[in-house]
Amino acid sequence: MNTPILTAYIDGIGLLGPGLTGWPGSQAILAGQQPYLGLTTVLPLPALLPAAERRRSGAIVKLTLATGLEAVAAAGLDPAMLPCVYTSSSGDGQNCHEICQTLASSDRHISPTRFHNSVHNAAAGYWSIATGAMTPISVLCVYDASFGAGLLETITQVLVDDVSTLLIACDTPYPEPLHHARPLPDNFGIAMVLAPRASAHSLARISVSLSSDAAHTLDDAALEQLRLGIPAARSLPLLRALARRNSGRVVLDYFEHLRLAVEITPC
Amino acid sequence: MKPLLLSHFTATSCIGRGLDQTLDALRLGRCGLAPCAFETVALDTFVGEVAGVDEVQLPPHLAAFNCRNNRLAQLAFTQDNFAEAVHAAAAKYGHQRIGVFIGTSTSGILETELAYRRRDPVSGALPDDFHYRTQHNTFSVADFTRHYFGLTGPAVVVSSACSSSAKVFSSARRMMAAGLIDAALVGGVDTLCLTTLYGFNSLGLTATAACRPYDAARDGISIGEAGAFALLEHAPEELQDDAILLLGVGESSDAYHMSSPHPEGLGARIAMQAALSMAGLTPQDIDYINLHGTATPSNDAAEGKAVAALFGATTPCSSTKGATGHTLGAAGGLEAVICALALQHGLLPAGLNTRELDPAIRLDYLLANRTQAIARVMSNSFGFGGTNCSLIFGRAN
Repeated sequence: MNTPILTAYIDGIGLLGPGLTGWPGSQAILAGQQPYLGLTTVLPLPALLPAAERRRSGAIVKLTLATGLEAVAAAGLDPAMLPCVYTSSSGDGQNCHEICQTLASSDRHISPTRFHNSVHNAAAGYWSIATGAMTPISVLCVYDASFGAGLLETITQVLVDDVSTLLIACDTPYPEPLHHARPLPDNFGIAMVLAPRASAHSLARISVSLSSDAAHTLDDAALEQLRLGIPAARSLPLLRALARRNSGRVVLDYFEHLRLAVEITPC
Repeated sequence: MKPLLLSHFTATSCIGRGLDQTLDALRLGRCGLAPCAFETVALDTFVGEVAGVDEVQLPPHLAAFNCRNNRLAQLAFTQDNFAEAVHAAAAKYGHQRIGVFIGTSTSGILETELAYRRRDPVSGALPDDFHYRTQHNTFSVADFTRHYFGLTGPAVVVSSACSSSAKVFSSARRMMAAGLIDAALVGGVDTLCLTTLYGFNSLGLTATAACRPYDAARDGISIGEAGAFALLEHAPEELQDDAILLLGVGESSDAYHMSSPHPEGLGARIAMQAALSMAGLTPQDIDYINLHGTATPSNDAAEGKAVAALFGATTPCSSTKGATGHTLGAAGGLEAVICALALQHGLLPAGLNTRELDPAIRLDYLLANRTQAIARVMSNSFGFGGTNCSLIFGRAN
C-alpha cells in the first residue's frame, strides 16, 4: 500500500473503562497477568470544573476529564499548553435522548443547558474550560472508526506541526430507545499524549501506517467483546502491547477495508 | 504552510443553488431569509431554508442514508460539476488517496426527532425505518460522501459546532502535508432541525426578523442551512490568476464558557493571529474579512473587539449571515466559498439587514457592496464550546 509511515512517541496514557481503572492499575490485566473482571466503569467527579459546570456535566465530561488529566500528568506536561484531538462516536447520549423526548412532547421547551451540552464538542469545551487550554481542539466523529481516525489526526498534527498533542477518545452509552439502535454497553475513555521526540516520560515509539491487514483481536473473550462493543476500545490491542512492553506490530480497526498498522518499540 | 489549491468548489444555501445563483444573490444584495415555516415548528423567527431538499432522491443503494442532511449534501454535490471533479480526481490520484473532511453540527438528528414521535406505544421502541448509523450518527454525512463517490481513504466528520467546516481545512492540510492523501474533499453540511431552532430559542438567541449582524439593535441569529464543498489539491507551478489558494489556518479555544464567547474576543484574536502567522502575512495584507457575525449581541461585540485590536478600523469587513442565515456547522464552508467568489470577482459583499451600525464597534463594516480587485481575504468561524477557526484565502495573482 502506497502510504507513509508516521512516527511519534507515547508520553502518557489515561484509561477508564469497565474493569479498567487508570493505566497503572490496568497494565497487569491487559498483559494477561491478572484476570479481567468487566465491572461497570466508575466515573470520578470532575474536581477541576467550577461548581456550576460540575453539576451540569454528564458521563462524557467526567470520562473526558479523568482520562485526559491522567495522560497529561503521566507525560509530565501542563494541559493548558497542549493542543488536543477529541474523538467520540456518539457524544452525550443521555442528553440527546432528553432533547428528542422533549421535542416529541407537547411542550418543546428545552433548557439552555441541555442545548449547549448537545453539541458534539461539549466535552471538549469543558476540557478547555477546566484546564484553561486556549490551544486548538479538533473534534471528530467517525462512528466505529472514531479511535483510528483520532489516532491518525493526532499523529499527523504531531508530525506536521511538530507539537506534542493530546488524543482523547471517549464513548458513553445511550439510554433506551436509542440504546437498542446503538447498543454501546458502558463508558470507555482512552487518552494519550503523542510527542514528536523522545523524552524521559516516553513509554514507546509508535510508527503508524495505513494497512489492508485484518485488525488484531484479543484472546480474552470479555476484552474482545469490549473491543468490538465500544469504538474507543478498538484501541485495546495497542494498549495490550504497551502493557506487555513488547516490541512488535499490532493492527487496529479503522474502516472496513482500511486499517492502521502500528509498529511499537518500548522506550 | 505551503498554499493549497481549491481546484473546484460549490455552495448551496437559501440564496442559491451553486455558484452562479450565489454570486447573483450577493451582487443584488438578495436576502434568503423568510418567516419560519419549517416542519411543525411554531417559533416567531426567520430561517434560511433551502428549497427542494425533500425532492432530492439518493441513489437506491444508499437509501439507508436518506435524511435531510444527506439530501442537501447531494443537492450541493450536483451543482457546478463538482461531483464530476471529484470523480476525475479519484481517477487521477486513486480512490484511497482522497480524504473526506466534512463539518456538521447536527447531522441527521431531524430523523431521530421525527422517529421519537413514532415510538411504539407499548415498548417505546423507535420505528424500524429509523437507521441510527446512516441517519443519526454525526459521521453519517462523511460516510454518505465516501459511498457516493466510492472513496476509500481516510475520512472524518469534524463536529465542533459552528467552527466545524472551517476546521476541516486544518485537518485536511495536515493529512496532505503528512503524505497520507493527495487531495481532500472538504466542506460542511448542516440542515434545519428542531434541536437547533428550539435550542437557540431557549437561549434567547433567535432574532424575530431577518438577523442584523453588527446592528446597534441586533437581537440574535436567523438559522440557515447549507451544503458547501471544495476540492483541495497541492498547488501546481502554473496557475491561472484567479485560482484560489488556502494560505493559512488559525485555531484556538476560548476556555471561557460553553455558549458565550470570551467578552474581549481573546480566543478569536488568537485564531486570527495564528492564521496570519501560518500564512506569513500581516493584518495590512488582508483586503476583506468575512466575519463570523452571527448577530447575537455578545458574538458581534466580542468579535468586533478582536478584529479592531488586530486590524484597526480600516479593513473592509461584513457578515454574509444577513443573506444566508447562520448555517452553523456549514458556515465555515459556505463562507469559504463566498470568500473565493469575492476574490475571483472583486466583490466585497455588503452585510444585509443592518440599518444602524453598533457605535461601540469600530470597524469598516460594509453596508453596500464594494467592487475592487482584492488579493487576500480572511474568514472567521467561532462556535459553542469556545472553538475558533480563521482561514485565509488568496488569489494566485
